[in-house]
This record gives sequence, structure tokens and C-alpha cells, in this order.
Amino acid sequence: MQAFEYANPTTVSEAVKALAVTGGSAAVLAGGTDLLSLMKDGVETPKRVVNLKSIKELQGISYTAGKGLRLGALATLDELMQNAKVKQEYLSLVQAAEGVRSPQIHSVGTVGGDLCQRPRCWYYRGGRGLLAMKDGKSMVMEGDNRYHAIFRSSNGPAFFVNPSSFAPALIALGAKVKVTGAKGSREIPVAEFFRIPATEGERENVLAHDEIVTEILVPPAAQVRNATYEVRQKEALDWPLAAAAVALQMDGKNVKSARIVLGHVAPVPWPVPDAEKLLPGKAVTASLAEQVGEAAVKGAMPLSRNSYKIRLARVAVKRAILRAAGMEV
Amino acid sequence: MPEYKWPDANDRDLIGKRISRLDGPVKVTGTAKYAFDINRPGMLFTRTVYCPHAHARITKLDTSEAAKMPGVKAVRIIQNVGTEIQWALDEIVAIAATSEDAAEDAVRAVKVEYEVLPHFVNGEAGEKAPQAKAAQQNVVGDPNGAKAAAAVTSKGYYGIPTISHCCMEAHGQVCEWTDEQHLEAWCTTQSVAGLPAQFAEGTGIPAANVRTHCEYMGGGFGSKFSVDRWGVECAKLAKDAKAPVKWMLEREPELTIAGDRPSAYAEIEVGASQDGTITYWSSKSWGSGGPGGSGSPPMPYVIQPANRRHQHISVPTHMASARAWRAPNHPQACFLTMSAIDDLAAALKMDPLDFFMKNAAITQRAAVYQEELQKGAELIEWKKKWRPRGQNGPGPVKRGLGVSMHTWGGLGHNSNCEVSIFPDGSVEAKLASQDLGTGTRTVIAIVLAETLGLPLNAVKVSIGDSSFPPSGASGGSTTVGGVSASTRRAAQLALEQLLVKVAPDLGVPPEQLEAEKGTIRVKGNPTKSMPWKQAAARVGMTPLTAKGANPGAGKLIDQGVGGIQMAEVSVDTETGIVKMEKMVAVQDCGLIIDLKTAESQCYGALIMGICYALTEEKIIDPVTGRMLNANMEFYKLAGIGDIGELVVHMMTGPEYDKRGVIGLGEPPVISPGAAISNAVANAIGVRVPHLPLTPDRVLAALEKGGMS
Ligand SMILES: Cc1cc2nc3c(=O)[nH]c(=O)nc-3n(C[C@H](O)[C@H](O)[C@H](O)COP(=O)(O)OP(=O)(O)OC[C@H]3O[C@@H](n4cnc5c(N)ncnc54)[C@H](O)[C@@H]3O)c2cc1C
Repeated sequence: MQAFEYANPTTVSEAVKALAVTGGSAAVLAGGTDLLSLMKDGVETPKRVVNLKSIKELQGISYTAGKGLRLGALATLDELMQNAKVKQEYLSLVQAAEGVRSPQIHSVGTVGGDLCQRPRCWYYRGGRGLLAMKDGKSMVMEGDNRYHAIFRSSNGPAFFVNPSSFAPALIALGAKVKVTGAKGSREIPVAEFFRIPATEGERENVLAHDEIVTEILVPPAAQVRNATYEVRQKEALDWPLAAAAVALQMDGKNVKSARIVLGHVAPVPWPVPDAEKLLPGKAVTASLAEQVGEAAVKGAMPLSRNSYKIRLARVAVKRAILRAAGMEV
Repeated sequence: MPEYKWPDANDRDLIGKRISRLDGPVKVTGTAKYAFDINRPGMLFTRTVYCPHAHARITKLDTSEAAKMPGVKAVRIIQNVGTEIQWALDEIVAIAATSEDAAEDAVRAVKVEYEVLPHFVNGEAGEKAPQAKAAQQNVVGDPNGAKAAAAVTSKGYYGIPTISHCCMEAHGQVCEWTDEQHLEAWCTTQSVAGLPAQFAEGTGIPAANVRTHCEYMGGGFGSKFSVDRWGVECAKLAKDAKAPVKWMLEREPELTIAGDRPSAYAEIEVGASQDGTITYWSSKSWGSGGPGGSGSPPMPYVIQPANRRHQHISVPTHMASARAWRAPNHPQACFLTMSAIDDLAAALKMDPLDFFMKNAAITQRAAVYQEELQKGAELIEWKKKWRPRGQNGPGPVKRGLGVSMHTWGGLGHNSNCEVSIFPDGSVEAKLASQDLGTGTRTVIAIVLAETLGLPLNAVKVSIGDSSFPPSGASGGSTTVGGVSASTRRAAQLALEQLLVKVAPDLGVPPEQLEAEKGTIRVKGNPTKSMPWKQAAARVGMTPLTAKGANPGAGKLIDQGVGGIQMAEVSVDTETGIVKMEKMVAVQDCGLIIDLKTAESQCYGALIMGICYALTEEKIIDPVTGRMLNANMEFYKLAGIGDIGELVVHMMTGPEYDKRGVIGLGEPPVISPGAAISNAVANAIGVRVPHLPLTPDRVLAALEKGGMS
């Protein structure tokens, strides 16, 4: 690991100041489960590391009737999984957290860190850049892309997948992230927090270099049937091959409105509005769920080695819908 | 001279019992010191400049800046300008500095330029690969005639990839010069006694001046026989720096260059008569294990059809050289053979259990395999659970059963042991052997204590030091036979001397005495006895010592084992995910010294086998020639939730005992790939031709078979 300055602020404004003066060469440290690996591997070489863990206001989970859930950026995955209200209303979040199958990461990994963690693309982790460009072309195209994206936008050659398992569930639930920087605070819908970088220098989220995530705000979900389904090969520490989060507003037996977001299949969490439209006004059945799954993967553009992920995404959607509806998957 | 003989079954107090490994407590409490834990006063740390390209020539190299960096004490150029590098992460420069970080900073200051050359990393290409080397075709009987005469034939293509040894403790050592001419090294090695000569050759000092240690080690699996270049260069760095130097590999080079089980692919055609006897075999296999190509898997494996032909093609690649991997060539041969014949059983519409039972007749240990298949079938409830392929339930999740058989040698290696009986009654055995985690230390203690009639805690075992009597390298499942035989012999000879000294006290000739239950006593008259401590006092002022050597096959030890394994899986045909439900291993290994560590070997082997069957492979990037998954996150290994229920049954009894001790480390890791692949084929109705059985491959096979 390369030497760095260490800042240990105790307030958000101190943290923001510590970041602002660096002009982008600093990294924010939460649980460190991702950042430290990146630094040890020399993929990230910040000149300054700004530790957030001494900032009390970033901690904790609370619930306010009518307003919903507030997750401090430093809330650990374990705190989230143990929280009574979360277990009652926000099952899709619990299921996403359970998927991270390591007690160690549950204990120290944070919700803010999960949203901001960097992609696991092995070209990026091997020090070849987020877009893995070589001679004007992404190496992912002709390389080994078995875990890469099956959806892309016209926005340039990004083939990594967004690694966050929480993001799809948060988007489906209509959550916002609150971020604070030198110019003040703003609230951003989680769906707009992520972006597909067009050039190597761009990040995969909209944070300015002096901004940090301070909290995540999730609307009440008592009336929302929500679930996450992840397709993972292993029970032990592993990444989903595809995942889907579903939030269904019900009107009696029928679905009133639906949000479906895919995870681990595109450079950003991937909402599928066309598929969502098939649900309102209908009762959930296995065959309807199957149809929605099929609609969700329309437009997928697999790479040379990952067409199987289309099928996995389809199954994830189907099973997430059935799980949300309380049916057997 | 005492007879070469193990105690009779009813005279055994320790041998064959379930005894916990003696070094368990020090390992779990962290007091056991591995090479990685050795820290010498003033010790320096090494970091390395590795070649980032799979094939390149060094065109410029400048270490002058690095040498001036703070904390840097020695810089060694391992490969210089002009050298053609044949695989990624080959070592170019090594730097010893006062901390890992200082060494790493210096590594970044080294300037190297390369002319990048084209690389070839696709071992599956076979004959089409540049420099593919075809071996002579082996023909027995009349394959063409047998093919024509066969009632049923089946043809298939199968593949098993390159995997890494993935030792928990990376390769490496600490080297310290005690003076200009004497080297001491703490290594993680499978060959304590073999390393001094290798260090000597690399450093130019006499082998007699080198002492190596390995008290504990975190896995080798066949990858730790050599001192390796990093061992010799570590010694040279230590000499240059005039300080002890530690060099342990980081995880990426550990997975990339320090372990490689060759891949194997094969086109196989097999045929049988109507009753299910395999009469015809034809195969062409190929595979790669780095620049030298690959070893040739022994095919057909275990079964010997009367008419057969086989040819192997070795494919050189720009990957680090293959190393022996637990039962070299056997897991590959087993997977390829047992998959092909299982497909033949399906073509014959025969229950594979009956089919394997029948064809056990054309193996070298028919009776053993048949008895083992019977036992395995009981333990997995084969006859109750088995359904023909493609008839395993209406839902998306299908269950299936598979079986496989394997063989191995396991003859004990050369081994010498020195046993000392001290005047105070304490006892020590010394051998320059090593415990890879298999339980060697425990086995030696059991044999020593049993022979001297003492409890386990009354004996001391000293291993892992090259100054002790030499014992062979731990490879090929040779250790248990070697060390148990030499220890038995040394203990018998030491006891013989002691009995001579004690005989006058007990008033009978020494031949009428025995060591039992902590005493020396008259055979047939246990009341006439002397406590061990009192007897030992008769040795005089200095300890009594005796040396014993492994006498070789036929006396105390033997070779040749057979084992069978059965797997039960469930497969989600919508996602292609294979879940282990249960595995049964039935294994013989002659006389078992410690039933518990023997079973543990099998459990460990099953888990390792599940990994290479379901998740494990070295993924090499076609674009860069680099290993893409050289870390513990992407190099996927099973966790406790992925292995299902494991059942181990060791074959025991007079028929097995009388053969003596036979090695066990390797055989149980041979069959899992085939047994699991066969179970998956049974579950889903089609063969998934390649290991590991990842969702993409399972789904592709279902699609191709029209089953999705
Ligand atoms: C083997 C393995 C498997 C995993 N599987 C999964 C999985 O299946 N699904 C999943 O979602 N995750 C998975 N994880 C990731 C894990 O959830 C994250 O590592 C963890 O949540 C990150 O939290 P942290 O607090 O440790 O982040 P850190 O390592 O401290 O930070 C991660 C990144 O986010 C930035 N950051 C952190 N907090 C903030 C903030 N408040 N504001 C702005 N930037 C911030 C950091 O600068 C850094 O770039 C896995 C991790 C591993 C190692």
C-alpha cells in the first residue's frame, strides 16, 4: 500500500473540508472492506484517506411514521439486518444484505459503502481502468466477460456491472440518498445517483469529489410487498450472477403499481419499466411472473461469454415477483 | 532382531483408533509457527518486480533509483535485459528492505521495459495449437474389431480445466546466514530433507552447511517440493544484505505461478456388449501445463477393456509450469474415463451402479471395488433413490446420483527415524519429515507409543528439521507408510536394547519380555513387571538410541488402493446451479494407524473435489494472457454451506490390516469430479462436458440437449 495522509474528522463539515482541499486525490473510508483491498492492490492510490467512522451523525437507523426509514451512511449491514422495523417492512433490503454471505463484512461493511463500492470487474481490479481500454477498444469485448454486463447504454464502452445489491431494492422502494459537500446538501433519488461513465476518468456515481453520502431515506413500505431475489452459485462468499428487486403496491388481490430493478447485469442498477407495465391490474401468478421476467430481458445485448446471464436475470425477476407476492419460488 | 510386524489386532491400544491430531490445539490457538510467522532479529522483507506480460523480452532494466530508496538493503536482478519471459508474473527483480512497504515503494521505482511478444494460453486448442506434441498411440487388442462388434457405443467430448493449488499458506521462506558459509532457512515445504541440497546448488555452499526447518505448514498439495527460484534468491538477498530475509509470495503470484494442475480434454468413444461389459475404448486426450506441456493422464482409467487405444497430445502454453497436484494426472484421467463410461451406461439404459459393479471385473482389484460399491450404495441409498436419466422429477429442481472409482499407489518412501529412550523415561522420535496437515506427527507418535507400550502423551515427536535423520519428500501419499515403518523399526530396536538391560531384573531372557501398559513385563505373566520409568533408568547416564529405516514393500507397508465415491446433487434447471446434497467416500488404505486423521483426509479431499467439480478454475485472459481470478474472491472455493453432507467409510478388518500401511493423501481427491459430473448428468438428463459445473455450462448443456 502506498503512503497516505490520514484525516479523522468528527463532523460532516470537517469531513467535507478535508476532502475539498485535495482536488480529488482523497478517498473516503467507511468500513474499509472495499477501499482497503483497492489500496493494497494499488488500484486506488489516494494521497489522503478521510475516515468517516468517527462522525456520530452518520450512524444509526431510525424510523419515523409517515416519513419512513433513515439509514445513516455508516449503518452496518448487520445493524440493518437486525433492525426490527426493517425486518418487518423492508424485506428486500434484508434479503440483499443476507446475500453478502460473510459475517465479517456484515459487521464492518456499511450501507453507504455498499452503494459507493467500486465495480468488481476483473480488468478494473487488475489495474486496467474502469473501462479497460486498450488501443481504443474495451478489453472486455474480446476478453473473458462471463460476469460482465448484458445491458448497456449508448453511453460508451462500459461493461462492468454495478456491484451493489442494495441499490436495486432501494430504487424499487423509491429511496433517496442525501449527500453533503462544500456547497451544501442535496437529496438524489437512488436511481439518479448512479451513472454510466463515458470516459475513463469518470466515476460511476454523481458524487463530486468533496461530497459524501450522509444518509439514505426510504419511504414507508408497510403497504408495499417487496423482495429481492439473487442468483448466486455459492452459499459462501460470492457475488450474484444476476439479481432483481421488486416492489409491488397492492390493491386487494391485484397489483396497483410495480417497480422492478435488476442488479449485477449492467453498469448501473437497471430498471425495467416496460416489464413493470405488465403487472398493474392483475393478480400475481406464476405465468404472469414468467412473462414479466421475459419482458425484463428484452433488449439485452450479451457479450461473447455471458448470454446465460439473460436467462438468470429472467429467472431472478420471476422469482422476486413470486417472493414479493408471498408465493413459493 | 525383532520381526518386521505390526501388533495383532487385539494387542493394539492406539493403532486404528480415532485419535485427534496432536497439533490441533497449537494450530487453532495460533501458537504453531509457520514459515510466515518466523521473524528473526533485523529481518528484511522482500517485494518483487514481476513481468506483467505472458510472453515478452526484457529490453531495458534500471534498478538504480530503487537501490537508493529509504530502507532498501539489497536488490537482485533475477532476469536481465535480453531474457525472453515465458509466463506472466515471472520474477524479474527482488528487493529486500526494512519493511514490506519500503520494498514495495522500491519495486515501483524499478524501470523495466519489454518487447511484448504474442502469447498462447488456450490449452483446449489441442492439435491446432502451435507446438502441440503428440505422443505415440497406445493400442491393446483390436479396437476396430471391438467397435464393430459392440452392441452399443457412446461418443463424447469432456474437459477439465487448469486449476491452482491455492495453498492457504503461500510459498516462501525466511533465510539467515549464521556465517559466510552456513545457511539456515525456515521454509514451507513438502521436503525438509531435500531442500539443503537444492539451496546448496543455488548458493554454492556445501549441502552439509544448510539447515532447513518446517515445523508446520499450511498446505502444499504437490506444489512445494522445490526450493524454487524465490528460495535461492531469498538466500542470496540475505547474503547481500547481511541480514535475515523473508520472502513469502503475495496471493496473486501464489495463484498464478506457484500452482498449476494441468488441464485435460478428450474425445472418447466406448462400447459394450449387451450385458454391459466394456469391450471397446478409444480416446484422444490433450492438455496443457505451461511451457513444457502436460503430463499424460493414464487412460482408460482403472478399467481395462480388452480392446483399447489412447493417444495424448501435450500443448505448451505461456503459463507457469505445472506442478504435481494431489494425485498427478489421476483426477483428470478419472473424470474423463468415468464420465465417458457413465454415458455408455446411459446409452445401455443400465443403472450405473450395476454397470460399475459389472466392470469392476476388468480392474485390478475387482473384489475390493465390488465390496466398496456395495457399501457406498447402502450409505447413499442408491437403489431407493436412483432414477434413470431425465426422470428425476417434474419441477425445475432435479436430483441425481453419480458414482466413480479410482486407484493409487501410496508406497511408503525412504525414511529413517531415530528413537531415544532417556534415563528419566522420556522418549523421542526424530525424523526430517514434515506434516502437511495430514497428521504425520500424530501418526508417528501413535506408532512410537504403541510399540513402547506407552500412552501418547509420554512420547515426543520431533520433525521438520533437516538435521534429523532423513525422510522422503511428502508426495505421492508416501509419507504415512515411510514414517510409520521407520518409526516402528527404530522403536522396536530401541526396545530390544532396553529389554536386554532389564531382563536380569525380571529374571527371564529378553525375548520373553514385552512393553505394555506403561510397564516392561513378562509375556503371559503380567504381574511380573517393572514400571517404564524404572526400566528406563537402566539405560545409564546417556540416552539409549536406535535407528530404524523403512524396509520397503511387503514388510510393514504395501501399495495399491481402490476407492469409490458417490454423489447426490440437486440441480436447479432454471438457473443451472448445482447443489451438493451428499457425498459418500469408501476407501481402503491397508492398516490404518489413526482412523480419525484418515477420515479427515477423505473429508478434506471431498471438499477439495467439490471445489474443482463445481467452482474452481484458473481463468486466463485471452487478451492479456494474465490470470483474471488470482485472488480468493474470484478463485471460487466452496464454503461450509456448499458441501452438503459428507460420509466417509474406511475399509478395515483383517484382510486390509494384513497388507500393512498404505498412503491415503491422494486417492480420495481423484473421484469427486467424475462422481459429481455423473450425478448432474443423471439429474438433468444430459452431460455437462466441462468442469467446473458452473451455471453457464449447465444451462448451455441443457439448451444443447433440448432440455431447457
Ligand atoms: C467477497 C465479497 C463479496 C461481496 N458480496 C456482495 C454482494 O453480494 N452484494 C453487495 O452489495 N456487496 C457485496 N460485497 C461488498 C460489501 O457489501 C462492501 O464491501 C461493503 O458494503 C462496503 O462497505 P464499507 O463500509 O466497508 O466500504 P468502504 O470500503 O469503506 O468504501 C467503499 C467505497 O465507497 C466509498 N464510500 C464509503 N462510504 C462512503 C460515503 N458515506 N460517502 C461517499 N463514499 C463512500 C469509499 O470511498 C470507497 O470507494 C462483497 C464484498 C466482498 C469482499
